[in-house]
Amino acid sequence: MNMNASVSIKDLSLNFGAVSVLKDLNLDINDGEFLVLLGSSGCGKSTLLNCIAGLLDASEGQIFIKGKNVTWEEPKDRGIGMVFQSYALYPQMTVEKNLSFGLRVAKVPQAEIDKRVARASEILQIQPLLKRKPAELSGGQRQRVAIGRALVRDVDVFLFDEPLSNLDAKLRSELRVEIKRLHQSLKNTMIYVTHDQIEALTLADRIAIMKSGIIQQLDDPTTIYNKPRNLFVAGFIGSPSMNFLRGELVKSGDGIAFTANGVNFSLAAYDGYEKLQPGRKVVLGVRPEHIKVNENAGGEEHDATVDIEEPMGADNLLWLKHAGHTMSVRINGARRFNVGAKVKLSFDMALASVFDAESELRL
Amino acid sequence: MADNIALKAVNGGDTPFEKATVSGPAGPKPRPVVSGRNIIVYGTLFVAAVYYLIPLYVMVVTSLKGMPEIRLGNIFAPPMEITFEPWVKAWATACTGLNCDGLSRGFWNSVRITVPSVVVSIAIASVNGYALANWRFKGSEFFFSVLIIGAFIPYQVMIYPIVIILREIGIYGSLTGLIIVHSIFGMPILTLLFRNYFVSLPEELFKAARVDGAGFWQIFLQIMLPMSLPIFVVAMILQVTGIWNDFLFGVVFTRPDTYPMTVQLNNIVNSVQGVKEYNVNMAATILTGLVPLVVYFVSGRLFVRGIAAGAVKG
Repeated sequence: MNMNASVSIKDLSLNFGAVSVLKDLNLDINDGEFLVLLGSSGCGKSTLLNCIAGLLDASEGQIFIKGKNVTWEEPKDRGIGMVFQSYALYPQMTVEKNLSFGLRVAKVPQAEIDKRVARASEILQIQPLLKRKPAELSGGQRQRVAIGRALVRDVDVFLFDEPLSNLDAKLRSELRVEIKRLHQSLKNTMIYVTHDQIEALTLADRIAIMKSGIIQQLDDPTTIYNKPRNLFVAGFIGSPSMNFLRGELVKSGDGIAFTANGVNFSLAAYDGYEKLQPGRKVVLGVRPEHIKVNENAGGEEHDATVDIEEPMGADNLLWLKHAGHTMSVRINGARRFNVGAKVKLSFDMALASVFDAESELRL
Repeated sequence: MADNIALKAVNGGDTPFEKATVSGPAGPKPRPVVSGRNIIVYGTLFVAAVYYLIPLYVMVVTSLKGMPEIRLGNIFAPPMEITFEPWVKAWATACTGLNCDGLSRGFWNSVRITVPSVVVSIAIASVNGYALANWRFKGSEFFFSVLIIGAFIPYQVMIYPIVIILREIGIYGSLTGLIIVHSIFGMPILTLLFRNYFVSLPEELFKAARVDGAGFWQIFLQIMLPMSLPIFVVAMILQVTGIWNDFLFGVVFTRPDTYPMTVQLNNIVNSVQGVKEYNVNMAATILTGLVPLVVYFVSGRLFVRGIAAGAVKG
């Protein structure tokens, strides 16, 4: 266990009856780090957050916060503040009372309460709202108050449980920026649960991608995006999803190539080239923006036909038919193609991923 | 704005702008006042209302007549001479057994039974429901099942054992005994009611309070209670009417001088000696039914207001 870690999770398991939700989970979160737990619903990410908060008891394993074993501690004694998806503001209390509830429960002197409420409301710019009830606030204002409630408690670790999922798209991106700014100025450790990969990629120092109670990959966003450790991560991150071609590695000339449906792709530029062995069944993954249309960088070219065009403003998304596969390609929004047009594709293999077909791990 | 100017120009500048220039249906669809559907709906409502109001009318009218007028037999006729004597007699001087102080004694007995029973049962059941909904303690499921089964066992089965238990404790026949019985028998349905209500409150609110450091009672008193006015009103209506209208427990577990109003009403109405005083009986019955009626009217309004006040979207 890393004693410098802000939050450290050791061999944590959690079972609900016969259902195992978290399995032998280990995770060290550095001081001041913004860690995002990302996964689809039911992957155990919120459960893990609730365990860290102390709202759920671990079946096995330990949780350390600031080097202290808090596995059996009450939520209030863990030095955490939590922000919930539904805001969870106390409806009968004013914003001010909402912010100060925890402090009043802890019998903090009134002068200190006033000071901290004033500071939090200044940081979040909610001073004009202090006398209002939650029902009189908009969604974005409510979530700000909810963040403020964690802020006044002066905690080491902030826990966010899908805080932006109830907001509309515009507010969501605004508050996302604000949370990032908050983290930059407070420099607290923050653990943030979301199913939204954009939130994860934009906010995180590191992302932990979870599936069935297991962390699939823990890395910074760039690594997660460019070098996914396995097929699940590769398919989960990125929209539209990475193109996957099932095929085989073969000898071609003096090098190794990937072949699928009788079409060969040279892999000389692939960064794990030396690990590739001919005869292996593999899956080739290429992101839509790593395929060039009618722009040859010098490598081989493949014929394809435009099937569907989806203009998305800045980008233009093409769905192409290529040797029996359907492939998505992202190009500049200014470049338009007619359906049925014949085009030449070239693949940027330096940014592609090759996965073993059986273990589904990246080679 | 630009559109308006353009339209004005088209209409020749000064001519007033005409609405709905395109012919055809516009605005709200006209609905006929008399249609097949309306006749059925209003007809059914009217018949049902009359069906329930006629007995009430007969009761009120009869209670305001003197006995000679009642003997004429026109039960639907309005009173020729209004008299409040039957009401006074029903309340203050009608005889049941040895006592001749009317329903007033029963009324006060019922108040002394109902108020503590309602308060005690709601207080305990709300905490029960809160604990079952939010604090999943060991054996909570089992406890809940036992409680639910309790709600399905007919009361009559338990009367004799309870009589023995109360006798052994030494409170048989006292108001305390009856209050305890009412509180216990209200427990299953009230606990279920409160549990379901607290389960319906957002769980994250409870979690947030725990992170804020509030304990079992602080969360209950400061977070949950202020949000639960509607369900408390519902529980109160249920309990007040249920306990006030109870006859079985009243007659079994009390003595003549502690009889609740319902039992005393029965004794007045069913007394076999002398002439049947229909006007007194009617007045006594209305008096007894007045309390649940008032509760419905007063708290029904509170109930609606409670729901409106609690309507905070998550």
